[in-house]
Amino acid sequence: MTVPAPARPAPAHGGRTVLLGTVSSDAHTWNLVYLQLLLEEAGHRVINLGACVPEELFVAECHRHHPDLVVVSSVNGHGCTDGKRLATALRADPALAAVPIVIGGKLGVDGQLTGMQVNELFAAGYTAVFDDGADRDRFLEYLGRLELVAAGGPG
Amino acid sequence: MSATVPRGPFAAAVAAARARGELVVQPRMGFGDPTAMRAGLTAVAQARAVTVGTVTLDSYTRVGDQAAAVRALADGAPLNGYPIVVHPVEATRWVLAGAQQHGVPVQVRHGSAQPEEIFAALLRTGVDATEGGPVSYCLPYSRVPLRDAVDSWARCCAAYTRLRDIGVEPHLESFGGCLLGQLCPPSLLVAVAVLEGMFFRQHGLRSVSLSYAQQTCPEQDEEALAALRRLTDELLPELDTHLVLYTYMGVYPRTTQGALRLLGAAARLAVRGGAARLIVKTPAEAHRIPTIEENVAALEHAARVAAAERPAATAVPDTGIYAEARTLIEAVLELSDDVGVGLRRAFARGHLDIPYCLHPDNAGQARGYITAGGRLAWARAGRMPVTVDRSANGRPAEMTSDGLLTALSHVANRYDSMPAAALRPTEPALSHAPLPEHLREVRPVSQ
Repeated sequence: MTVPAPARPAPAHGGRTVLLGTVSSDAHTWNLVYLQLLLEEAGHRVINLGACVPEELFVAECHRHHPDLVVVSSVNGHGCTDGKRLATALRADPALAAVPIVIGGKLGVDGQLTGMQVNELFAAGYTAVFDDGADRDRFLEYLGRLELVAAGGPG
Repeated sequence: MSATVPRGPFAAAVAAARARGELVVQPRMGFGDPTAMRAGLTAVAQARAVTVGTVTLDSYTRVGDQAAAVRALADGAPLNGYPIVVHPVEATRWVLAGAQQHGVPVQVRHGSAQPEEIFAALLRTGVDATEGGPVSYCLPYSRVPLRDAVDSWARCCAAYTRLRDIGVEPHLESFGGCLLGQLCPPSLLVAVAVLEGMFFRQHGLRSVSLSYAQQTCPEQDEEALAALRRLTDELLPELDTHLVLYTYMGVYPRTTQGALRLLGAAARLAVRGGAARLIVKTPAEAHRIPTIEENVAALEHAARVAAAERPAATAVPDTGIYAEARTLIEAVLELSDDVGVGLRRAFARGHLDIPYCLHPDNAGQARGYITAGGRLAWARAGRMPVTVDRSANGRPAEMTSDGLLTALSHVANRYDSMPAAALRPTEPALSHAPLPEHLREVRPVSQ
């Protein structure tokens, strides 16, 4: 029996390629530095796009790196507004229809998002939303579930 | 500081307060709506403190996305600052008058790496004070190539001097003393602030302020302010200059008492270290954008604490911040007679390297950490001409996500967990009195 080699060998520990960035108006990066360390410690390969990522660049980097997961982190209060636009741009590309995209941070200017805002983020294309107050364990637990799905697939 | 240098309203107000021995306190404050912005400025002007007003711009304006700012205003979506480029000039003049009618000048704070449109708006509306810098608003907070930011800031500085055509001397503050706000040893903060001041002078400014952001250790911060004052006097002697201290720019305490203690520590540091101006933070900082009332309360709290403190009578021990900052500055000046070219080359070669900065034009080899004694030190200095002193601080462990969180929360945790007895008698608890009626000015804007 022959098993075809995977197109891109996964890193050790079943790690995946994660594209990490923020919305176009957000200049904060400590959240990105932290998430890179956290994801790398969980065995993933991280491409960190840094501050103020324009939507076109996010789409282009997705095409370049074929990430298994896209993580959007924003803390400037425009994350809800800009994040919807970003997800719409990413999902508009047929090649990115299925990639999991998650968003987290301080997403609104008035503290916690409303239920309607969270729904709008899901409707724009996010697979998961981690609003202010969501902790590391919930995020890691989500990553773990993602791993199970990825590892349990056919082939 | 030369007496012959003319000052605009902002610099004159700071100099007058300094001559009286009073600390100027200033908020970070920006609202998308002109009526709210004007009400904020009026409240700051009428606070029981020596204040200057602030108009903080929104982050769409910062990145030059005017279309998004227009869309947000049309949709009624909240903005995190005042979009000065898209509001009509008359509206902005009306906003500024909220402070100016009380004799209180206003500074525009923005955070833009390519601020041409913002400076054009400042010239249209006659705003005589703003801030930023070609390094401090490029590498930590944008993805604009450093070369483009340097060129843009050179053009903006030259354009800003045209305020003299209407008889107003412009004032520019370097944001270099902040960089990423955390985990950067003071010598680099001091060096970048001074280098940006020299860049401003090269491009025509005669009235500048140099910044330093409160870090993890009061003694180390006091030494850093002394080094900044000395280097300013040595390298920018012919300009009108003052120092501005930023209350802690990193992860902020979550409790009201912790936040007020940290603000109080900043106010005392400003007075002891000879800063003329302090930018405050509020107890709301860790949770959301503060209200007008919260800003006024923070200004008054800082002013009360500052009034009870005296400038340091004796210098804190010299641990080498001045010498290290001077070495970094000289390493840049050796690369070119043009400060902007020197800065570009220095970053390209890693002679300057901002710890944890993700920008592609930053070498990214340097790492700062907090020693067991609570001071900032270099864990790695990359190719910068500084010595990493292992004997003094021991070898730090490689940074992990947990370690980073601990370091970033070090100050917040310390101030949140401080026992109540640590509160000095000069720091009364914040009063929560409602804003007086005369401060709640509401008037529609004619557009």
